[in-house]
Amino acid sequence: MGDWAGYLTLILQGAWVTVKLTVMGCALALVVALIAGLGRVSHVAVLRWISTCYIEFFRGTSIFVQLFWIYFVLPMTGLWSPTPMQAGVMALGLNVGAYGAEVVRGAILAVPKDQYEACTAVNLTRYQKMRHIILPQALPLMLPTFGNNAIELLKATAVVSLISLSDMTFQAQIVRSQTGNTIFPFVTILILYFIMSLLISTGMRYLERRATRGLDGVR
Amino acid sequence: MFWDWDFAISITPTLLQGLKITILATVLGAIVAAVLGLVFAILRRSTNRLISRTTGFVVEFIRGTPLLVQLYFIFYILPDFGLRLPPLTAGVIGMGLHYATYFSEVYRGGIESVARGQWEAARAGNLNPRQTWVHVILPQAIPPMIPAMANYLLAMFKETPLLTAITVMEMMSQARSVANTSYRYVEPMTLVGVFFLIISIFSVFGLRWLERKFGGRAR
Repeated sequence: MGDWAGYLTLILQGAWVTVKLTVMGCALALVVALIAGLGRVSHVAVLRWISTCYIEFFRGTSIFVQLFWIYFVLPMTGLWSPTPMQAGVMALGLNVGAYGAEVVRGAILAVPKDQYEACTAVNLTRYQKMRHIILPQALPLMLPTFGNNAIELLKATAVVSLISLSDMTFQAQIVRSQTGNTIFPFVTILILYFIMSLLISTGMRYLERRATRGLDGVR
Repeated sequence: MFWDWDFAISITPTLLQGLKITILATVLGAIVAAVLGLVFAILRRSTNRLISRTTGFVVEFIRGTPLLVQLYFIFYILPDFGLRLPPLTAGVIGMGLHYATYFSEVYRGGIESVARGQWEAARAGNLNPRQTWVHVILPQAIPPMIPAMANYLLAMFKETPLLTAITVMEMMSQARSVANTSYRYVEPMTLVGVFFLIISIFSVFGLRWLERKFGGRAR
């Protein structure tokens, strides 16, 4: 019976890898989403075009295919040989970032037109307009969907177990093959994943409250 | 040269064979999801708190945990209870169950988007519950749901490569087995990506059309 403690440790080690993947993937996704989302509403046609291509490409193919492509095909081109962790973060970040970019675009376009007109009226530069007027109002609109995207990213991390990165799912498979017991490892990781996704949604609700704090009376 | 056209052409029939399974799994999974999703949505509307709360928790749990782990769960644990499912069946059930939680939200949104006055008018016009649903509520609730459902259908299509983990011979499995026997990853992985991209791009046009046709009244 003492073995179970050892197996649980193994799974918890995997949980730590899953957490790291989620956090780094989310960070990359956020940066990419903002860049591509702003690119999508840019005045420069080339930027709009590049962003659209990026978004359609990563939303159009499966994350699974992207991960395998980054991990197995990219090294063959001689450009870069990512470690499993790097490949995982890159695939997750770029994939979820593409979904996030559409959210950023939608939120920016959802800011009422008179806000834009007011910016022009008081002669703000394009940067000032975005930084001080549009984005602070667009951010609360993005947050709920970003929360969902973060949970999707957490769930997608399970895929990296298939390129032999020892995340929670991979460790559960090891425990299964060593003990022949299926219920213990899988129920444990299902519960752990669920707790993590609850943490993300709770954290997001907190952020939403913070982000809307200064906006009373605007909406 | 790292891209070999002859090899790419020679493996295309194998991949297309897998594509058939991919599409089959998507369609069957979507049917399961549409039916189960309606069941979840109805149970969640139940006036019995115990039923609605329990359903709510189950839906949240399924949605907060990775599909891959759920597939393993179905594929490896059910045999312990004497229920050995063929891989494709397990995959269809797993995908259907996972996406049913998303579909149930679509149903809920669609039903709630019907104005309260419509319910009251149906009552005032002395319609029985069946007439209310068939002639008043559903004709108004279903059109706004169609684009959202098509969207999830596309999402399911992109999740099918996960079935490779439970040995369903869909497109990604075919690509991996080709890659493992020939030691060439570039062509199979890239071709799978291209096939996904082509189908997704056409589907996106289809989606836009559906949104124009049905989405007008939603929001």
